[in-house]
Amino acid sequence: MSASTLPTISSMIIWGFLATLVMTIVMQGAQGLGLSRLSLPFLAGTFFTGNRRRAVVIGFMVYMLGGWLFAFLYFLFFTSLGVYTWWAGMATGLLHGLFLLVGAMPLLPYIHPRMASEYDGASTIKQLEPPGFMGLNYGYRTPLTTLAAQALYGAVLGGFPQLAATLQ
Amino acid sequence: MLQVKGAVAHPQSQYVEMGIGDYAIIGDCRTAALVSHEGSIDWFCLPHFSGPSVFAAILDQERGGRFRIRPKGPFRSTRRYCGPTAVLQTTFETPTGSARLIDAMPVVQDSDALHPLREVLRIIEGIEGEVCFEVHWSPRPNYAQADALIRSRGALGWSCSWSDEIFFLRAEAPLNFSSQEGAVVGQIRIESGQRIRFSFCYAKADIAVVASLGREADERLQSTLSWWRSWSDQCVYAGPHRETVMRSAITLKLMTFVLSGAVLAAPTTSLPEWIGAERNWDYRFCWVRDAALTMSAFTGLGFRSEARAFLEWLLHATRLTWPELQVMYDVYGRTSLRERELGHLGGYRGSRPVRIGNGAYRQVQLDVYGGLLFAVRNYVEKGGDLQDDEARLLIGFAQTVCRQWRDPDSGIWEIRGRKRHYTFSKFMCWAALDSLIKLNDRGSLLVGAEALRRERDEIERVIETRGFNESLNSYVSELDGERLDASLLLMGCLGYKDPAHPRMRATFERIQERLGRNGLLYRYEEGNDHLPSREGAFGICSFWAIDNLARRGDVDAAKKAFKHILSFSNDVGLFAEEIDPETGEALGNFPQAFTHVGLINAAMALARGTDSDSHLS
Repeated sequence: MSASTLPTISSMIIWGFLATLVMTIVMQGAQGLGLSRLSLPFLAGTFFTGNRRRAVVIGFMVYMLGGWLFAFLYFLFFTSLGVYTWWAGMATGLLHGLFLLVGAMPLLPYIHPRMASEYDGASTIKQLEPPGFMGLNYGYRTPLTTLAAQALYGAVLGGFPQLAATLQ
Repeated sequence: MLQVKGAVAHPQSQYVEMGIGDYAIIGDCRTAALVSHEGSIDWFCLPHFSGPSVFAAILDQERGGRFRIRPKGPFRSTRRYCGPTAVLQTTFETPTGSARLIDAMPVVQDSDALHPLREVLRIIEGIEGEVCFEVHWSPRPNYAQADALIRSRGALGWSCSWSDEIFFLRAEAPLNFSSQEGAVVGQIRIESGQRIRFSFCYAKADIAVVASLGREADERLQSTLSWWRSWSDQCVYAGPHRETVMRSAITLKLMTFVLSGAVLAAPTTSLPEWIGAERNWDYRFCWVRDAALTMSAFTGLGFRSEARAFLEWLLHATRLTWPELQVMYDVYGRTSLRERELGHLGGYRGSRPVRIGNGAYRQVQLDVYGGLLFAVRNYVEKGGDLQDDEARLLIGFAQTVCRQWRDPDSGIWEIRGRKRHYTFSKFMCWAALDSLIKLNDRGSLLVGAEALRRERDEIERVIETRGFNESLNSYVSELDGERLDASLLLMGCLGYKDPAHPRMRATFERIQERLGRNGLLYRYEEGNDHLPSREGAFGICSFWAIDNLARRGDVDAAKKAFKHILSFSNDVGLFAEEIDPETGEALGNFPQAFTHVGLINAAMALARGTDSDSHLS
């Protein structure tokens, strides 16, 4: 496989799944170990329902699916650059993570149907605590754990063709 | 002088020393808070009863942290619960007007909406004139050891965070941070007809859900009131003092951990058994020995789902140590309850040390087997089912009893030091085997009953020959001993001996003579536990005496004694573990499930006695 061609669909599916799995383990592990209160599956699930149990299940599925789909974008990006290395993947993951923390998270109170804001307060529907800049409201280690998860996600995706080439 | 009930006058000062009985309890069956006469939440642990405190002013006025809403200037306060619920109402009267403070921990029923992990809802209502309130919110997480960050969150109110925990305070009034006090404070003027709501929300290891105020807060309060009323309606007790019994049942429910069915001994730690002394223990755990009486209270009052949940917890929690039993477990059944001292907390009115965890979990107490097996028997006799795997567990416990009943142990009162041969422990081993034999006889389980009968009869022989002192004409605390112990009254309550039997009557009289004081009973004679300080009379022992009186037909005496003991409850019907017989002051952890269990069982015995009396006449 050359650096200028996309991996096969089946490879992208498998490695996309694996990368998502690694990212999920880091993110959920960080929450379970008390390093951060951020739960992206819960945030995703509450877009659809206010029932906590359903939100967690739906959110988990959406999150896994999202991670999978994003993997295709990563592969397209690596192909366009012509670089397939674990460090390029990690750098892409870090950039992606930084965008999530700096751009997407502060935007959430304006687009999430169940998120309260520090301007408008909470209401019957809007009750979730907003993440704030870089998700710092969910704990000061949140940026670190999020960046670590995204970096590993990218490293797995970027490192896969490298590994495949070595094995061939 | 006995405790004054009703209105309490408060001069204004920064810190007012509260009596233990000056508190009332609110809760959501996951955790509980103690609210003082002056509207201060001085004890609150999160996320559950045995979790670390966020407010612990009861154990250290300056460092502990509190959430106080009280009138500015002098006031008088009266309290009551809103009917058969756990919603507390404190009415403040001031020279300029009166207002009431409603305190509740909302019970969640709507699973389609997001709710905080825990919430305390506080609502001030103006009744007459105008009252100026001062608000003080000083969370001090992790027993006031955490380096917490308090900050303004704009329209979301105030937050305090540490580790993976966050506390939110929302209010319908402006509040500010006082760096001098390290607290969020404010002054609020309320007029007649006005309502101001406060919500304290908590989240751990998750994104916080911040509760809304206004009409939604009122709806949560209404829903909580309805839930408690509907729960209380299940109570089938129709005997004397129904309201008092109902309050005890609600208190017991408040100390039942809904996520596992465990029943806590008390929601507090280190409230002293004698002011200024070292008898300060952590009671935020579940004692297996209390199971027999707790189960009787649940089944007798008709709370079947609580009885089933409690049984499941008993059998589930004890699997880690099966076929042996530990003295106590935590609400999830965890077995390691390592004891530590918190040297930075000054203790309730200087009663140090403040302890968390309880070293008694390492003790051997043989009475626990009787507690558990009698509870199972009671559950089955009242119509409960026993599954095959549960029956097998019970047989394992019985085998342990047969192996160990001849050994010394630390006894019901967990006396530290050398083990002894307590008559009460032998009697509870007898109760364990007797319960299993009775379950076998009714076909609820199959066990080698003949072997158990032989062992049970041998225990009885030992109790009757060595546990009964002929010269004293009484059962005694230890085999071949001379001291008395109020726990021996349980022999009459749990079916070992008819309370009307001459030996039980004589024992009752000796216990009254030696351990009685102002109509109350000490649990044992002074010096028996080798601790230097004194202690109060033990609440539940007095109820055991009433139970004995009622069962032997002395109903009038039982009624009189019951009424007398009720006079020692606080203004909202709550009891601590102990009572100072001289002053009537509550002592020890508060409120104490065991004392309320005793009250319920004594009331039921009285009701049965009254029924028999009326049938005879």
